[in-house]
Amino acid sequence: MDVSQYLSVFLDEAKEHLQSLNDNIMVLEQDPENEDCINEIFRSAHSMKGMAGTMGYTRMQNLTHDMEDVFSDVRGGKIKIKSADIDVLLQCLDAIQGYVDNITENQDEGTEEHQNIIKALADIRNGTSGGGDAAPAAEAAPAAEASAGGDAPAAGADGSSDYRAIKLDPSVKSTLEEAVAQGKKIYGVTVHIQESCILKAARGFLVFKGLEEIGEIAVSDPTTQDIEDEKFDFTFSLIVITDESKEKVEEIVKAVSEVEGCECGEFDLNGAKNAEEKEEAPVAAAPAAEAPKPAAAPAAQTPAAAPAAGGAGGKKPVGKPVVNRTVRVDIEKLDVLMNLVSELIIAKNSLISAANTSGVSNGNVNEQIEYLESVTTNLHESVMKVRMVPIESVLQKFPRMIRDLNKTLNKKMELTMTGEDTEMDRTVVDEIGDPLMHLIRNSADHGIESAELRAQRGKPEVGQIFLHAFQDGNSVVIEVGDDGNGIDAEAVKNKAIEKGVVTPEQAALLTEKQCVELLFHPGFSTAKQVSEISGRGVGLDVVKSKVESLSGEVTVRTKLGEGSTWVIRLPLTLAIIQALMVIIGEEKYAIPLDSIQSIEDVTPSDIKLVENKEVINLRGSVTPIIRLNEVLDTESTKSTDEDMVVVITRKGDQSYGLVIDELMGQQEIVIKPLGKYTAKCKLISGATILGDGEIALILDTNSVI
Amino acid sequence: MNELRDNSETGELIQYIIIKIDDEQYGINIKYIDNIVRMQQITRVPKVDDYLKGVINIRGEIVPVMSVRMKMGLSEDEITGKTRIIILKSGEGDLVGIIVDQVNQVLTLDSKNVEKVRYDDKKDKTNGSFVNGVGHYDGGLVSILDLDAVISEKDSKEKASNAG
Repeated sequence: MDVSQYLSVFLDEAKEHLQSLNDNIMVLEQDPENEDCINEIFRSAHSMKGMAGTMGYTRMQNLTHDMEDVFSDVRGGKIKIKSADIDVLLQCLDAIQGYVDNITENQDEGTEEHQNIIKALADIRNGTSGGGDAAPAAEAAPAAEASAGGDAPAAGADGSSDYRAIKLDPSVKSTLEEAVAQGKKIYGVTVHIQESCILKAARGFLVFKGLEEIGEIAVSDPTTQDIEDEKFDFTFSLIVITDESKEKVEEIVKAVSEVEGCECGEFDLNGAKNAEEKEEAPVAAAPAAEAPKPAAAPAAQTPAAAPAAGGAGGKKPVGKPVVNRTVRVDIEKLDVLMNLVSELIIAKNSLISAANTSGVSNGNVNEQIEYLESVTTNLHESVMKVRMVPIESVLQKFPRMIRDLNKTLNKKMELTMTGEDTEMDRTVVDEIGDPLMHLIRNSADHGIESAELRAQRGKPEVGQIFLHAFQDGNSVVIEVGDDGNGIDAEAVKNKAIEKGVVTPEQAALLTEKQCVELLFHPGFSTAKQVSEISGRGVGLDVVKSKVESLSGEVTVRTKLGEGSTWVIRLPLTLAIIQALMVIIGEEKYAIPLDSIQSIEDVTPSDIKLVENKEVINLRGSVTPIIRLNEVLDTESTKSTDEDMVVVITRKGDQSYGLVIDELMGQQEIVIKPLGKYTAKCKLISGATILGDGEIALILDTNSVI
Repeated sequence: MNELRDNSETGELIQYIIIKIDDEQYGINIKYIDNIVRMQQITRVPKVDDYLKGVINIRGEIVPVMSVRMKMGLSEDEITGKTRIIILKSGEGDLVGIIVDQVNQVLTLDSKNVEKVRYDDKKDKTNGSFVNGVGHYDGGLVSILDLDAVISEKDSKEKASNAG
């Protein structure tokens, strides 16, 4: 089967499962008894095994299979996860991640068998199974691995579902008796579906459909409904009433693809032993499919206990996780959609201005235009929302990273994160992971002091690293920090001189803040020794340039001895925003509505001078005012004694008043990039096309201030 | 940006749009031209180099417009009925507009008739650094504009100091 077309789906899902495994194992470390967690891990491992098998990645399949085995035992209460086991499991995840990475790169899982991990996993099962009655299971596991061919009888004796075990209720029984009286034959069929099968339910359905053509299905185990809902492992049984021969029945069942085999026998109504025919399907097909399911192992070893053990392991319904119904869409398609929405909004704006200028002020026209407006606004919001994803997806890997760093750096650290649900544009979320990871590593490596030093300084033993994400106006702020050493400005300065970044003379003039900023200089690293953690040649300059490429900014607050906080501020990258249209001089400008607090009328006499700067008293707070016509090099059309329109905006905690000439009103605008030639102008963040085709520039109020 | 350079080694026929700036004629290889539009209202962008006149709207795209005259160190553009904005396609697919005094004709030149200007020669001319060839045709000579130089972000002074 050509599976290359499923590769991207496989990779996406594999990554999700890996992440879920990672998360859950971390939880398990804290709470080894958490049943939900164990079930979730089991399901993820199970799904990954199936996926890997389908795609033909047998090594990955083996590894996940063993992992599944472990959790199968945990679920069955045979073993308990100890903290030492967590390391093995995490190693196992890394190994799987390795496979996935290899596959991502060259569609091949590589040749690494990870025998040591497989052995370690087996040890986990052995280690605890010694005392209990599960000993045979432990023996069986390696055996099952060794003989990938999985002896057919073992599969046959798999007690999870067997037609001989089907219980008949009276009505079915009477139907069957009737059929026998009519001379029809009754066969019991147990169908084994390949474990790699993704669409078990569909295969089951095909078997039913095939058999219904030649006869009647009296009963099945599990029920038809459960089979359709995939509430069965890989085996189901049914009883069929037919005129055809047993061979015909078998043929029909085996004709369905991905059916590994079936057992078929005449069903003895009186429950007498029908040991006669136990047809084994030829099981020589894909070796991938043959690893017997975990429950099969104990069953094979202890036939007597088979029904019971099998029942416990197999019949327990694999509860379905609550899944959101989702569709995966190529981000490029979303971009196209977004562009089209932008065009639509421009067209709508043109229509409005055309209607106004041509004097079509018919009530009906206005009504329709308003309707159009509300539809386009909603459409835009929906498309925006589609593109927004919680930042969570990049933060997920950090707890695990800190855990590993704890061991490698031999420090005690704890990571707290808040605001994981802060939403950002998908493209930004994808890009921000590496810079954040770098900052966290930085905090762990350089920030948090050694245990002795912390004790000396009277700090808690466990170093705190935090990550807070939150939305602030139309930007998203991510703060990464620690309660560690802080940044030694002097050390930075000396290092900078040493590296020739600044001359001693220049350095002498630098403020402490400027010294710290030197850290962002390319190729700067203050780590006295290059460790595995930082010192990978990826410096803070890379963080800075990455953030800036996303039109964000990164700053640092630090206090020597108390810790430092890196603040990344990113725009929400909304391509369409609500803006206040204003006139300054003769020109039209747009000010993003998010950045505006209020609009005030100010008489010139209200303006006071403080330190030679113009300020107004705005409801008790002193607010500096900025004359935009001066900033933008244009002539104000207003005379100096006229009342002024002041737009109040905010940067940090301080409010500022921006003096404009005239208000035009609020409008939904589409942000268009200005291109590289005009990048010199920091005051303008973009441009937009107005309804009449004219261009208005969008003011970046932060840079104006 | 390299693709903007004319390749005159082969003997192929190349069409040039002949434009007038000041009193001199210049040729622009037609394949770099997206569009020619009449002078229209240009939205000024504050705090940028003088030669960058602002931005215009070309089919919904924001296109920066620059004055070749200012770039060459000539006097400010005089907007007449003949003034045009030539929209060029730059290397990365971005559009850039340049203001020219007049668009005259389309001229087909054999690349053999286009002489490359060597850098040594350029030094003598004041605005020579914006020309990378001279074409001969029946009516006389035409300088072939070096579009790389024209739409680069450096202005003439920097250019001159670089050349020297």
